[in-house]
Amino acid sequence: MQVFGLYNYWVVIILMMIGLYVVIASGNLIKKIVGLNIFQTSVFILYISIGKLDRGTAPILVEGVTSYSNPLPHVLILTAIVVGVATTALGLALAVRIYGAYGSIEEDEIQKQDNAS
Amino acid sequence: MIRTQLPALQVVIPLLAGPTCLLLHHSRLSWGLATSASWVALFISLALLDQVLATGPISYELGGWAAPWGIEYRIDEINAFVLLIISGISAITISFARTSIEHEVHSKHVYLVYTGWMLCLTGLLGIAITGDVFNVFVFLEISSLSSYLLISLSRDQRALTAAFRYLVMGTIGATFILIGIALLYMMTGTLNMSDLAARIPSVSDTRTVKIAFAFLTAGIGLKAAVFPMHFWLPNAYAYAPSAISALFAGTATKVAIYLLLRFFFTIYGVEFSFETMKLDRILLPMALAGIFVASTVAIFQTDIKRMLGYSSIAQIGYIVLGVSLVSVTGVTAAILHLFNHALMKAALFVALGCVFFRVGSVTRDDLAGIGYTMPWTMGAFVLGGLSLVGIPLTVGFISKWYLIVAALEQQMWWLAGLVLISSLLALVYVWRVIEIAYFGTPGDRSTEIKEAPATLLIPTWILIIANIYFGIDTSLTVGVAERAAQALLGNAS
Repeated sequence: MQVFGLYNYWVVIILMMIGLYVVIASGNLIKKIVGLNIFQTSVFILYISIGKLDRGTAPILVEGVTSYSNPLPHVLILTAIVVGVATTALGLALAVRIYGAYGSIEEDEIQKQDNAS
Repeated sequence: MIRTQLPALQVVIPLLAGPTCLLLHHSRLSWGLATSASWVALFISLALLDQVLATGPISYELGGWAAPWGIEYRIDEINAFVLLIISGISAITISFARTSIEHEVHSKHVYLVYTGWMLCLTGLLGIAITGDVFNVFVFLEISSLSSYLLISLSRDQRALTAAFRYLVMGTIGATFILIGIALLYMMTGTLNMSDLAARIPSVSDTRTVKIAFAFLTAGIGLKAAVFPMHFWLPNAYAYAPSAISALFAGTATKVAIYLLLRFFFTIYGVEFSFETMKLDRILLPMALAGIFVASTVAIFQTDIKRMLGYSSIAQIGYIVLGVSLVSVTGVTAAILHLFNHALMKAALFVALGCVFFRVGSVTRDDLAGIGYTMPWTMGAFVLGGLSLVGIPLTVGFISKWYLIVAALEQQMWWLAGLVLISSLLALVYVWRVIEIAYFGTPGDRSTEIKEAPATLLIPTWILIIANIYFGIDTSLTVGVAERAAQALLGNAS
């Protein structure tokens, strides 16, 4: 079954859509960051899936093993994970400062205060 | 010896200056360090451009690992020119920044501005110099993360929400680019740009490569604020500290446009991007819509910085319009406008920085009569504005000229007409500022307003003089832009 054999990619697509939906639909800044995280995680899984070879092992030379998974996507995504953590940290720090300035992290409420001033 | 290491130094010097500014923890010292690093970066990029023009593309193997396994820095005419734009704008605006930033940012945070500035410069230069697509993503995030920080350091609390919105949009854009890179890697097994360009044709009819193309288009479009993916831009520019707005207006979106050229012309190739995928048919309407909608919205803005933000979106429309013509003249016009728009927008934003320094606001009503109290500043603004409109003897005219010639070359009379009409819209929004500044009734506070100090005026006027100089002597800019356009389109014709 080709369709179910590639279930990783279905997971990627579903997570990606959930993440994007949360980012767009939610007015709460923290929830937006959560959505952004889910969205980025889906890409991490995409990269890891690319490197995986059916019955491939870790790329360590051992006797009796002929097929290895590609380690490069893992290394790449390690970098992207770090970037993701930095983005989350910065996003949360901004949310804290927004809460300090506006007393709210709801987008509507912030917009209302901006319009009033 | 040192000459062969210039490509690495171009990125490494600002990269080292950034954390050092953080450790110095002192406003003036970190400004001094950042400014020297910025000027050194400018001289390096001049040397690189000189070298590229004399001997052709430079390839630099980072750490001695041969491409395509190692990361390659590859500099040809176009990215040498983009490097020059970025480091030039950064060097001049950072010289302006000291007085302006001390006034607009809490004194505790000033050193953070220069840390962020250096990291942002590293990221932007890195995107332009690298020949590895994953490296592009990493540098893109370095520059983006530091720009969110830079915007949020403003005293205006609305800058926080602007930075947050930019963070959300920017992350989505960068992640789209990351997905595009993943799909390309999946099909070709390489991340090196020239290697990708060689391998894509054999797999170009697979759906994966086409989907990658779509993700890259959307991601880069978001980063470049191509209409209708521009919503993050006006607020980010309006509420960031003035010097930061000038830096971003001159560099951040320009680098994204460079990525657009690099991905679609060099990596995918003209044939795939514009004949198989017909990208020009999407870009052309988006560019025109951007020019007209954003220019019209700009007319009705009361915050002048926000007005310039919308104007930037319109100007990006002109650049994309040049790209979408897919001819040597069209792409020349686009690359020229990259340079010219960077000059005029940076000049206008620093002029507004001078205004903000004295008046404390840049809303339209507060500028009444300011043409007489701050003649040098407003003189600079008027000249920059005229350049934006495209009056002869300014750089704006040169870009519009090439754009119209490119349109006429393809018998698109209507397009040339639309470009001319859109310039009138620019005239309207620039005029609205001139009108209030010279003919408005001054408010009560106008007697207290003095001319901006020389530390602000000198960089402003350097930019304005550059606007006029490159509007008269076009041999450098047009020469490089033409060679770059020929190199980009080389594979096709």
